Amino acid sequence: MMNKQASSASSGVEVRLEELRRVFAGVVALDELTLTIAPGELVALLGPSGCGKTTALRLVAGLDEATSGRVIFAGTDVSRLGANKRDVGMVFQAYSLFPHMTAIQNVAFGLQLRHQSSAERMKRAGETLELVGLSGFADRYPLQLSGGQQQRVALARALAIQPKVLLLDEPLSALDAKVRARLRDEIRRVQLDVGTTTLFVTHDQEEALAIADRVGVMSKGRLEQLGTPTVIYSRPATPFVAEFVGLTNRIAGEVKFGQVVVRGASLPLVKADTPNGPAIALIRPEAVSLATDGETSSGPLAGTVIAVAFLGATSRVTVDLGDEIVLAQEPTSQASEHPAGTRVRLTLRPDPVLIARDEKTAAEA
Amino acid sequence: MAARRLKLQAFRVVVFAVCGVFFLVPLGAMLEFSTRGNDVASPRTLAAWQRIPSTPQLADAITASLELAVITSLMMLLLVLPTMVWVRLRLPRLSRVVEFICLMPLTVPAIALVVGIRPIYIWISINVTDSILALAFAYLILVLPYSYRALDAGLGAIDLKTLTEAARSLGAGWGTVMLRIVVPNMRSAILNAGLLSVALVLGEYTFANLLNYENLQVAIQYVSLVDASTSIAVAVAALLFAFVILLVLSLIGSGQAVDKPKRPALARIGSWGQRT
Repeated sequence: MMNKQASSASSGVEVRLEELRRVFAGVVALDELTLTIAPGELVALLGPSGCGKTTALRLVAGLDEATSGRVIFAGTDVSRLGANKRDVGMVFQAYSLFPHMTAIQNVAFGLQLRHQSSAERMKRAGETLELVGLSGFADRYPLQLSGGQQQRVALARALAIQPKVLLLDEPLSALDAKVRARLRDEIRRVQLDVGTTTLFVTHDQEEALAIADRVGVMSKGRLEQLGTPTVIYSRPATPFVAEFVGLTNRIAGEVKFGQVVVRGASLPLVKADTPNGPAIALIRPEAVSLATDGETSSGPLAGTVIAVAFLGATSRVTVDLGDEIVLAQEPTSQASEHPAGTRVRLTLRPDPVLIARDEKTAAEA
Repeated sequence: MAARRLKLQAFRVVVFAVCGVFFLVPLGAMLEFSTRGNDVASPRTLAAWQRIPSTPQLADAITASLELAVITSLMMLLLVLPTMVWVRLRLPRLSRVVEFICLMPLTVPAIALVVGIRPIYIWISINVTDSILALAFAYLILVLPYSYRALDAGLGAIDLKTLTEAARSLGAGWGTVMLRIVVPNMRSAILNAGLLSVALVLGEYTFANLLNYENLQVAIQYVSLVDASTSIAVAVAALLFAFVILLVLSLIGSGQAVDKPKRPALARIGSWGQRT
């Protein structure tokens, strides 16, 4: 249960990143990132390895210096402050507990640096450990804790100092799937309890979409799109976002006067001004529905089921259309009606679709 | 399987026995010589050992060598440890260069080193100080390769970057990071580096002799010219001293490993300042 004292002091502050840029030996790692995080908000930066998300986090933490741009906490420019003066709490990807200290000593470390009395820091450290559900593990050394417990202690340590900003650098990536899902929810619960403004970096889209108020998708040092998880998933702004977040079918088609014709089906476009010509339409598996068809069925949207992957409530069905493979996602009860080998007919939901660059056409051009 | 294990066990015993004989026979011979009476028929005597403190030359040399050992070890730690930490964290490209510089004294014979630094020491003894403690600078070069290796192994065993960044994000300055995080996590490596430095300084002869300083080994050599028994007694005492240091350090090291999980952390939390 959340302790009132643990929550009271951590009121979130606004965090602003203004045109943050970081260049390493001529290589642009972060390209003019501008982002405002509201007080108490949890923003996740999502992207593949090398997209600049961790660089952004380290610049906010003060562990690295920006080539240009500013980091502003609650209206104060902290760009020139060292990491130890920024008042941030950070949880790292690697296990970062001090091996020679017990869990409670780790949590109390930051408090001691803030010259709190022994009694005060022990009380506060105990409360914060309780907040993450580890009050019974106070005297354990890191080596005596599981990976998940170590990360929870690290979270408690970061929160105990009542930081202005909480920074989470892929804190779940070293954990197994089950622990990861549980701890992910726990991080969100604790963050909502204490109300600390939080920047969370991950390459796991499920993690980002599950716990963030807003998700920023990054690619090649740039912020491709920033929005709520629903918007990011259902209305991706760029082909990269569409392909990185969730599964996406790439189906050949042709743009004709504000619509794209995909295997005979006309679908609306996200960007109506897309020029006419051959294109690759990006279509979500859940926008594809299947109907069992006769053995002799033919046509551009008829195919054969080649695999059905059980995902729990839903199943992913792989259909061979002869010249293309298409994925469909539907409730498991429906998917069971057309096992591998069944002839099916596809229907494409008329959602607005994004167009990716047709690499073959581009190469010919 | 059992026969193989027996053979391995026998091999270990033989190796242990051979090494034991190799080290203990000369020691035993030295001990025997230092307690020998005036002639073969005379009873054993500790007279040579008793003369150690009353030989001023020896007493001064022992004090100087011990002081040099402490000063050299401290200088080594103050110079090498922060440098290595900084290079690992901020200038990893320079790590090969630093390693090369630190290991270079191994490749240069002591006599060549002395020839190189002799003019500097002549200048120091004329213009600054003629104290034997000035030898600590030369000894710092001497112990560099060994202490570097020990500290490098210690730094390699911890996730230095993550630990220092975690401490920094919690508000620790670089001094606190070094004293509260780095040093406690590589205590064994620091003890090993210190031990190697102490052992090297206590056994050093060439530098001191050629630079005209009288340390323990030079004094033993001088005393051996007039009183062989006492010089051998001092040599045995120096070896025993090094052995005791080694024993104490290894006990401290193993004591930490065994003791850590058992210690009640809540009781110790209030006394961090004193402990680290």
